Order: sequence, then C-alpha cells, then structure tokens
Amino acid sequence: MSPLLDVRNLRVSFPTPQGRAEVVKGLSFTLGRERLGIVGESGSGKSMTGRAILRLIRTPGRQEADRLAFDGIDLTTLSERRMRDLRGARISMIMQDPKFSLNPVMTVGAQIAEALLTHETLARRDVQARVIEMLHAVRINDPERVTGLYPHEVSGGMGQRIMIAMMLIPQPDLLIADEPTSALDVSVQAQVLDLIDELVRDKGMGLILISHDLQLVARYCDRILVMHAGQVVESCAAADLHKARHPYTRGLLAAVPRMEETRDELPVLDRSAWSGT
Amino acid sequence: MSAISLKNLDISYGPTKVVQGVDIEVAEGESFALVGESGSGKSTVLKAIAGLAPEWTGEISVLGQPRGHMVDHGFARRCQMVFQDPYASLHPRKTVDAVLSEPLQVQGIGNRGRRVVEMLAAVGLDTRFRFRFPHQLSGGQRQRVAIARALMLEPRVMLLDEPTSALDVSVQAEILNLLKRLRREQGLTYLLVTHNLPVVSFMCDRMAVMNKGRIVEIAPATALHDGSFQDPYTQSLYAASGGNPDRKDI
Repeated sequence: MSPLLDVRNLRVSFPTPQGRAEVVKGLSFTLGRERLGIVGESGSGKSMTGRAILRLIRTPGRQEADRLAFDGIDLTTLSERRMRDLRGARISMIMQDPKFSLNPVMTVGAQIAEALLTHETLARRDVQARVIEMLHAVRINDPERVTGLYPHEVSGGMGQRIMIAMMLIPQPDLLIADEPTSALDVSVQAQVLDLIDELVRDKGMGLILISHDLQLVARYCDRILVMHAGQVVESCAAADLHKARHPYTRGLLAAVPRMEETRDELPVLDRSAWSGT
Repeated sequence: MSAISLKNLDISYGPTKVVQGVDIEVAEGESFALVGESGSGKSTVLKAIAGLAPEWTGEISVLGQPRGHMVDHGFARRCQMVFQDPYASLHPRKTVDAVLSEPLQVQGIGNRGRRVVEMLAAVGLDTRFRFRFPHQLSGGQRQRVAIARALMLEPRVMLLDEPTSALDVSVQAEILNLLKRLRREQGLTYLLVTHNLPVVSFMCDRMAVMNKGRIVEIAPATALHDGSFQDPYTQSLYAASGGNPDRKDI
C-alpha cells in the first residue's frame, strides 16, 4: 500500500536582507495511517512543515520539494483550485489558538456547517443533524444551545473542541494538529488530546501532532521526529524516546522538570554545539 | 514572622467575587506555589498582594507590615512581581537600561548606572544588552530583564506569575535555574503561580491548590512524588498532569 503522505526533501525559505533564509532544510518522511509527532523548539520549523504540507506558505515565502504526495496525488503540481478541494475535505489542520482561529462574527453552528457545505451538498436539515452529531462526538453538552453561541461566549477548551469538530466534520484522511492544546489548561489539555486520539483511531485517520512538549507527544503518538533548525535530528518510535541518542533530544528531555524532582539544577542545552536560530 | 500572610481574603472585580476566604502563611525564605486551572483565581491573589486588584477585603501583610488599598511606596521596596508574558510586560520603546533604572528613579536611589550593570550580571545577561530594546531580545532574555527589573529594589519577597509558561522547555530550564540561584543567594521568599506541577516539584517547598476561587488543599511539594493528596480535585489535577511516570511501573 502506498503511504498516505510522502514527503521528500521539503524546503521552505523566506527572504531576508541577507538573502533567503531556509527555515525547513530538506525534510523527508512518509506517513501511513498512524500518529506522527513533530517536536522542536520555537523556530525549529515544525509549524512551517505542517503548513507546507497544505501548501499554505504564502509569498514571499517559498516551498520546494522533490516529492510531496498525498494518497498518490502530487501536491507540488496541483492547481490552486484542486488544492482548495483537498484542504479541509481530505487534509485538515487544527490551529493553535481557538481565540484567533474562529470567526468572531459567526455563530459556532454556522461555522461548522460552512466547513461541511464547502465540500458537500446537503439538505439544510441534514446539515443541522450532522453538526449536532459532531458536537456530540467532541463531547459538548447541550449542542443545540452551543450552535447558537458566538466564539466569545465559549471557554478556551470548548472553543478548541469546536475547532476539532469543524476540522473533522468533512471526515478528512489526514489531520494536522499544530500545538492543539498549548493555549489550554493542563486539565482540559488531556481531555482534548484524548478526544483527538479517540477520533483518529476510530476513523483510521493519519495524524501529525506538532508540539514543543516531548512528553505529551510521546504519550499520544506512535513515531516522533525531533526537529532543530529546520532539520530532523532524530526519528524514533515514541516508546523508545528515552533511548534517544542525539544530544539535542537528550538535552530537551533532561531540561524538563519531573514530578519527583531531586536535581538541584536543571541541565541546560549548550547552544554553541548546534549553531541554532 | 511570616513573609506573606493572607487572612480571610476576598477579592472581587466589580460585582463578581473571584476569590473567597483565602488564608495563607508563607514563611520567610520559603518558596510557596499556588496551583490551579485558569479562572481559579490564583493570579488574582498575586495581583491583590501587588496592589493591582484593589477591591479586596480581609488582611494582607508582607514581612509583618499590613498592606493598605492605596499605592504604597515602601511596599514596592519589599515586594515585587514578575509577570507571565515577557513579550507583553516590557515597554517596547524603552531600553533595558531605562526599564531597570526607572524603579530606582521613582524611589530616589542613586548610583543607578552601577546598579544596572551589577543586576544584568546577576541575571546572566551580558552588558552589551544594556542599551537594547525588548524586540532585540529573545523570550528568555526578556524574562531575565523582567526578573532583573523586579530585583532592582532589592525586595525580600517576589511574586511570580507563571514566569516560564510562555517559554520553550530548554529556556524554561534556564529561567528556573536562575530563579532558584537568586533565591539561594539573596534569601528571597517566592510566591509562585503556575499550572505546571513538575515546576512546583522543582522550585517549591509547599503548594496551595485553588479551585473556583477557594483553596481546596495545602500540601508539601513532596506530595507530588506519590500523589498523596487528600482532596479529590487535587487528585484529578494530578492525574491530568500525567501523574508521576517514574513510579507507574511500581
């Protein structure tokens, strides 16, 4: 079976007064119907990778790849119009902060319906039923009431669940979640991730989880790519994360405080070893 | 004498009461954490102590001296606050030098140039950063400046409102180490607000757990090792943070 996503030598660059700066430098990976985690610090290029897969890098930014194929479709040569049909319907993306990603002047119900109607033609009654069913699936109590609310009337955790509902309602094959919980509290974080995890597994979708939190990614993914300065420095199975060999990964792991902290001082990354961003 | 003493503290924003009946005693030299979800009122408690949320009733005293509802010059010399977001808490059009000199100017303290240079060294910043603007610094460097600003008046008590939650893990480690070292060197008392339980385990001696404006439990930080909490809310918060993965196999 051909992989769901095949990325070879992906490069993303932006112009600066000193010439073009590459923020993703030759990234290659393949993804089946599995859960892949991309981890790195800010500026490591992990979010740009997620956006490049959806071809969302706008000029003056530029993206190039030897191969960028989704389910056998070559994304590098696809017309903008065909690309739009693909976005949302087959690959969708959950953004970081619900406060900035939901339309403030549209009700929640109308926004979710819009996501569905862009890709399917349905009777109004069916649309309403699908929206309510989806809100149920993301565990929102009383979905009939919530469909009539505006984004400022819902909490952060609920907003993120609405985002997830919106992204999953066209039943995509691949979900890209870019820091889906970093704007949320720890207690809500676990709920939202459990939910994504459950939906991804039930529907047999592929998932790319982008985060700076190694522990979290290790908990929810099968495979992990560690990025630094636009390159993958390590790729391993999530269960083998503690066996990671690259000094950067080890440094990141060691820098996290533990529940049972006995160290007097946390080890700090020696940045001179990798001329980073 | 306790460093921070809060007795039956109620805080409201307009008609809404957000914090009710908080009693905390923090000993001098102790590092105490306030833990809870957003909206639990933990930051509001810090704001009330710092004088940024003036609608409170009850008693607040720092180092034995009760705090009034008005601006208090003497208070600023005893107690200072570090805010969550280093991108928002530094004036974008003031240089590091101006930011650090201002508290000295307000308090009429001389010898400012030397104090600024010394403080930059204490928080681990090179002197070449002295005349830079915040946008020329990274997130970790900005938080160092924010900590330096709070320390300029040599306070005994520091209020820390999520000092590392806007930072990457590796930068977080640097800032936590810095805070720990400063506390050891200068004998500071910390009141730290966070929702990150491992940070509490690293930094603090005791913790209070807040939920819906009330303190539900006060426990030693060592309770995080095995999750020996009494209150069901604390237990659920502990479980949501992943428990202690080092002990799962036992």
